Amino acid sequence: MNDNADPISFTTNHTTSVVGTPLRHDSAHLHVSGRAIYADDMRLPAGSLHAALGMSTIAHGRIKSMDLSAVRAAPGVVCVITAVDIPGHNSYGPILDDDPIFPEALVQFAGQPIFAVAATSTEAARRAARLARVEYEALPAILDIREALAQQSFVIPTQTLCRGDPRAALQGAAHRLQGSLTIGGQDHFYLEGQIAIAIPQEDGAMLVHSSTQHPTEVQHKVGEALGRHVHDVVVQCRRMGGGFGGKESQPALFACVAAILAAKTGHTVKLRTDRDADMIMTGKRHDFVSDYEVGFDERGRITALCVMLASRCGYSADLSGPVNDRTMFHVDNAYYLEHVEIVSHRCKTHTVSNTAFRGFGGPQGMMVIENIMDDIARTLGVDPLDVRKANYYGTSDRNVTPYLQPVEDNILDDITDQLERTSDYRARRSSIAAFNAASPIVKRGLALTPVKFGISFNATLYNQAGALVHIYTDGSVLVNHGGTEMGQGLFTKVAQVVAEELGLPLQRVRVSATDTSKVPNTSATAASSGSDLNGKAAQAAAITLRDRLVAFACAQYKLSATQVRFAADRVLLGEETRDFTQLVREAYAARISLSAAGYYRTPKIHYDRVSLTGRPFFYFSYGVAAAEVAVDTLTGETRLLRVDILHDVGTSLNPVLDIGQIEGGFLQGMGWLTSEELWWNPRGELKTHAPSTYKIPTARDWPAIANVHLVEGMPNREDTIYRSKAVGEPPLMLGISVFQAIRDAVASCGAGPLPSLPPLPAPATPEAVLLTLNRLAAGRAALVEVAS
Amino acid sequence: MAVKVSMTVNGKSVSHEVEERTLLVSYIRETLRMTGTHVGCDTAQCGACTIHMNGRAVKSCNILAMQAEGASITTIEGVANADGTLHPMQAAFKEHHGLQCGFCTPGMVMSAIDLVKNFPDTTEQQIREQLDGNLCRCTGYHNIVKAIKAAAADPASAKAGV
Ligand code: FES
Ligand code: FES
Repeated sequence: MNDNADPISFTTNHTTSVVGTPLRHDSAHLHVSGRAIYADDMRLPAGSLHAALGMSTIAHGRIKSMDLSAVRAAPGVVCVITAVDIPGHNSYGPILDDDPIFPEALVQFAGQPIFAVAATSTEAARRAARLARVEYEALPAILDIREALAQQSFVIPTQTLCRGDPRAALQGAAHRLQGSLTIGGQDHFYLEGQIAIAIPQEDGAMLVHSSTQHPTEVQHKVGEALGRHVHDVVVQCRRMGGGFGGKESQPALFACVAAILAAKTGHTVKLRTDRDADMIMTGKRHDFVSDYEVGFDERGRITALCVMLASRCGYSADLSGPVNDRTMFHVDNAYYLEHVEIVSHRCKTHTVSNTAFRGFGGPQGMMVIENIMDDIARTLGVDPLDVRKANYYGTSDRNVTPYLQPVEDNILDDITDQLERTSDYRARRSSIAAFNAASPIVKRGLALTPVKFGISFNATLYNQAGALVHIYTDGSVLVNHGGTEMGQGLFTKVAQVVAEELGLPLQRVRVSATDTSKVPNTSATAASSGSDLNGKAAQAAAITLRDRLVAFACAQYKLSATQVRFAADRVLLGEETRDFTQLVREAYAARISLSAAGYYRTPKIHYDRVSLTGRPFFYFSYGVAAAEVAVDTLTGETRLLRVDILHDVGTSLNPVLDIGQIEGGFLQGMGWLTSEELWWNPRGELKTHAPSTYKIPTARDWPAIANVHLVEGMPNREDTIYRSKAVGEPPLMLGISVFQAIRDAVASCGAGPLPSLPPLPAPATPEAVLLTLNRLAAGRAALVEVAS
Repeated sequence: MAVKVSMTVNGKSVSHEVEERTLLVSYIRETLRMTGTHVGCDTAQCGACTIHMNGRAVKSCNILAMQAEGASITTIEGVANADGTLHPMQAAFKEHHGLQCGFCTPGMVMSAIDLVKNFPDTTEQQIREQLDGNLCRCTGYHNIVKAIKAAAADPASAKAGV
């Protein structure tokens, strides 16, 4: 049992004692002492092999010949496989069959795995993989979104969501604006790279340790690749060293390769990619371009909006369908859009296939509308916050989303007013104006932006979960559930739920590694829904067990059910109390089952894929952030000076874990929009494939002043686990405040309305900021010329 | 070619035949089977592999095992007391929730111990600058910095040494 829980006190049934308390991460004591075991740390059986992948060197073309003789002859090499060696189905695509494990002939991005080597050591395998001689017939490659649009190159068909009559409303609008925005992608940069270990079992079965957010999918893909049934494969994952969406569909590739090699050689095979290979061959956040036209009134309220979204999906569909759907569903963010058209193109390019990343397309949709809010404010010469507030969803009217889900839990006005006050927004607005007037080189900017994020998987079927709870006769409890631990603290939260229901201190409850043979047919730990789904499933199992114990106690001691209560490691039986363990032993002796499965499916949700309408989300999570930045106008460098955050998690299951998610999500969002730049050369090779060239935030990027708070006293209106709300993804989008603050600082260098504020591309790297400042200066010069 | 390397790791003398090009991190993880030292980037940039070599924090993915010949090495497994009580820096990371996925944590703790040794009256600013070579993708660093500040202020730190 873990030795990491804080003590709890006796409580009644009316308040929670374990849930809601700031308990530390269940593995904290292991992490700080280096005793937590990740996949790469597992002891392997003697004779285990290590694998490496061979990659294509061109972006698009046909393999004319592949000479692997030097690879096979290299020291230590035991086995080499290509597409023809796959015993089953050559695909690891999560939705469509367009992601081959190895292409048979057609290569579609530079760095695509085309063969694999197993050798006696990782070094031997990696060295050997470099010795392949491959000849290609090169084909023209599409490398960026605009080019894909021009050629109508799509991985899946374009979708359009339309409400009202936006074209007519644009005609009638008091003001109209057109604009464009480019939004960069993002590498997950989980600190632990992709890894899988496949261990052959008897009779054709395979055990796979995978660093994955989606063990069930890995199980299915490995089964298909081996030509076996799903019941022949067991996938386990105790923890990941970070996931962020990058371990949702991507791990299947590595697991399939390890499993095929293991099946072929009969040995355990480990495949761990190094950082560079990981960054080159795994999908990232989709980059986007967006063109828009917006109509608005004197107050800045939007009366019509037409948005074109086009994303780089890469060479295959992967999860791009649902990702881009979510982009469409978050173009509204916090704002009511009466007449709106959203066109979403899912572009096929000859680059790595982009995938899930915290926010799952939502952040890009929000970036577009937040940019539009800023444009409107600058055109009208009013504070962007006032434009934002004027457009907020209403609570009784103006409260239906473009996809026709009413917003029933809107707390935007409340939390915005609160943050406006506590961050001293208005006073700082004037002091920043004064600062900028007196400071020719360094300019400051301030922005307060909201987040409204829909919680649930868009695809209704994924919103289900299972859990398994055992009580042993020493009174210890073992929980298994379908969710995975990637640092977010899901295992801690689920353990808290079970401890709460059984009236036990947390030390009594242990959560074991996620295992497809214990809880089957699970969904990915994604869409922020890990604790919503698995917490409820585990609660259901715990309640079943408690009810059995209550029924037993009632029969045994002639009590009514209300006389039996579980609290603080004891059971109250009428006037008496008993140790939990003692009651458990009595129940066991009376042949009461002490193991139960729990199941949960999210209620109320439904969604029509054809019309793109319905209630895809069980509820919304909200947050607001105010960021202040300084921009050096000579170098384009930016610095975050202060951030104030107020974020909604309903009634927190664990405030320490939740605030940790908020801080980490915010900084990751800021990295996406400021420093993390992906760059492909004209041959389609990703050149930012290591931290030397790809810059995630460091400790120095966190601001000197940071006030991060949870919204208090606002439980989830929906019946979620203890009325909490999901927290994984929404805080990432608080980072948009930093980008908008940079835009504010840049704008202070220009004079007058928008035509003089050129678009700022994301990420707002120093180069991007300088470029925009130069354009601004050129525009101002042009304006002056026209005037004179 | 195989060479013999000998060094002291967490107070114990060790000696093995290794390939000349064996990295110190591989020697620690694979030969010594101490897996608390992690590999995050393979290229001396993320700090996940940070250990102490002759009392200084170094990135073990960027050093050959041979270069540590005769050195005194401390890894994350060697910083707690023999009875298992955590070093004040470890305790502070746990207490202040300075971790999420935990993959950066051992390296962070090793860097932080060295940092506080060099700058006993360290400031937040200094911690942030000194921590530049340790990446964390999960936490936002806020709690990590909080933990280091708290450990620096803890009188037990001075005694713990390392
Ligand atoms: S693994 Fe050594 S610094 Fe990243
Ligand atoms: S806790 Fe995950 S990288 Fe730091």
